[in-house]
Amino acid sequence: MIDPGEYFLEGDLAAAYGAIKAGCRFFAGYPITPASEITQAMAELLPRVGGKFLQMEDELASISAIIGASWAGLKSMTATSGPGFSLMQENIGYAAMTETPVVVINVQRAGPSIGQATRAAQGDVMQSRFGSHGDYENIVLSPNSVQEMFYFTVKAFNLSERYRGPVILLSDAEVGHMMERLKIPETVEIVNRKIAKTFEEATKYGDDLVPPMGRFGDGLELMVTGSTHRPDGTRDTGSPDVQSSLVTRLVEKINKNRMYIEEWEEMLTEDAEILIIAYGATSRPAKGAVIKAREKGIKAGFLRPKVLWPAPERRMKELAHVKKVILPEMSLRGYSMEIEKMFPGKFIHYPKVTGTVHTVSEIFKKIEEVNS
Amino acid sequence: MITTNYIKNEYIRRMPSAFCPGCGDGQILNAIARAIDHLKIPRNEIAAVSGIGCSAWIPSPYLRVDSLHTTHGRPIAFATGLKVANPKLKVIVVSGDGDCTGIGGNHLLHAARSNVDITVIMVNNGVYAMTGGQVAPTTEHEYKTVTTPYGNPAFALNVSEVVAAAGASYVARWTTWHMNQLIRSIEKALTKKGFAFIEVLSQCPTYEGRILNMDHIEMLHWFRDKFKTDEKGVFRVGEFVDIEKPELTDELQKIIEKVKQ
Repeated sequence: MIDPGEYFLEGDLAAAYGAIKAGCRFFAGYPITPASEITQAMAELLPRVGGKFLQMEDELASISAIIGASWAGLKSMTATSGPGFSLMQENIGYAAMTETPVVVINVQRAGPSIGQATRAAQGDVMQSRFGSHGDYENIVLSPNSVQEMFYFTVKAFNLSERYRGPVILLSDAEVGHMMERLKIPETVEIVNRKIAKTFEEATKYGDDLVPPMGRFGDGLELMVTGSTHRPDGTRDTGSPDVQSSLVTRLVEKINKNRMYIEEWEEMLTEDAEILIIAYGATSRPAKGAVIKAREKGIKAGFLRPKVLWPAPERRMKELAHVKKVILPEMSLRGYSMEIEKMFPGKFIHYPKVTGTVHTVSEIFKKIEEVNS
Repeated sequence: MITTNYIKNEYIRRMPSAFCPGCGDGQILNAIARAIDHLKIPRNEIAAVSGIGCSAWIPSPYLRVDSLHTTHGRPIAFATGLKVANPKLKVIVVSGDGDCTGIGGNHLLHAARSNVDITVIMVNNGVYAMTGGQVAPTTEHEYKTVTTPYGNPAFALNVSEVVAAAGASYVARWTTWHMNQLIRSIEKALTKKGFAFIEVLSQCPTYEGRILNMDHIEMLHWFRDKFKTDEKGVFRVGEFVDIEKPELTDELQKIIEKVKQ
């Protein structure tokens, strides 16, 4: 299954291959454009590796089923787009609260509401981070190629297993439906969750703030609840201390470990005066525009967060000396609050909400305009 | 029915009870524990899943097995994932009438349709009790609740009939007056391969009692006098469906075997 070698295929399919390679053995989903190809591929691939595929009655059921399957010990995933992602939010919060490793792929389409089903957008950046109510932190990855749809799906599983929580692969219709070369290596790095052997073990955590996870059927008599609970799972919704220590740990286990999670790509940043920050599909023309700007003698640099949340704040602080920062993205809001916060007074937003990606010349023109 | 120390020690987590005095939920917990005991199913082979509402507390935290206390309306969907991921588990869902047929009605229909091998015990008290006695999909026409102060303009859902029509392998309805029948039914449901659904009419003296102007004893007597095997509609108790048919986890395994060849 999924032999090493070179393939020519679309991003959605590459994500399914990555999931199988990462050890995903349970998928529950509901059809939605532009993510249906992932669901279809998983329906075909999973039985061939002894895994289970379910098409559920809706997205509420899909996210519920993968959380249930994760407690039975299987690596589990679902894939959706905007409207379905909105429906899943309550249980993404449940996965965060119960520290259940699951992977949710959101192949973004243009919204709000039903919007443009077949067109790309980047309007779900903040929703991916905290679309569910209450305090928690999600890890959110942003691939920009077919190759990364594969690798980042593996990475999403690894991070969800490592830090015990939902990880969002935030793609978009452009990357999901793009056909490109995919190289599948002989081996990929796989991380598996720490399994608690006793009830005691499941209630304790070390410096990384991540407790080992029990598994249903192992006789631990686990108590799992989305209500505020003590480390042993006992519901305690009245105690200020229990609420405070639980919620703080859920947030801190991501923040404290962020240096291991943050990932970015950069180019020509050393002497850059104008920094172009872009992610996902938009990062491809943005990179081209930076190269073009350099050819014209403009000191432009390029920074692409591969992990959107937690954002690469330390690196952005180091780059605070640049004169201007341009953020091209397919959203009027998108990532802008985060970037503006990091570069106050220097930030220039360059949104495009036509359902299409910026062109190289559009971004280049913007760089020229800012430079003059 | 008296809960013996043996049942308590073996199956019940010792925690302060969250149920109101006279509530039927404790009886249902007792019935589930006894059915498990009669069948001698090891506790590590049982997983309990519940949603939101008073009855969700029956298994979580009180039943001494792996328990997953989930979001409102979704326990059947969680349970389906759990069961399909590990078909060796006996999965019991305990859900209230609002959880099971209001916010979660869609999952109930589809779990019955796919005939996934789980047991759903729906505790029906006719109101949303945990939130203060609001009208439910199972509240009778013209009944007054806090959100139908002039009487319920809608009509009660006959849940068992709906689940039977949706394709479940086993469907029964009892009340907390019918404890022995209920225990036998839970035993049958747990051994049945396929989707098993048991509706249990349960007294809520706090809120339903207020509507009916009855205390818990009067409500139990009302169950005794009104709910009969030869009654009609929602007042009929008994076993409605008990059939053998293909089941989801088996069918999924067949697909795995087929593609391997």
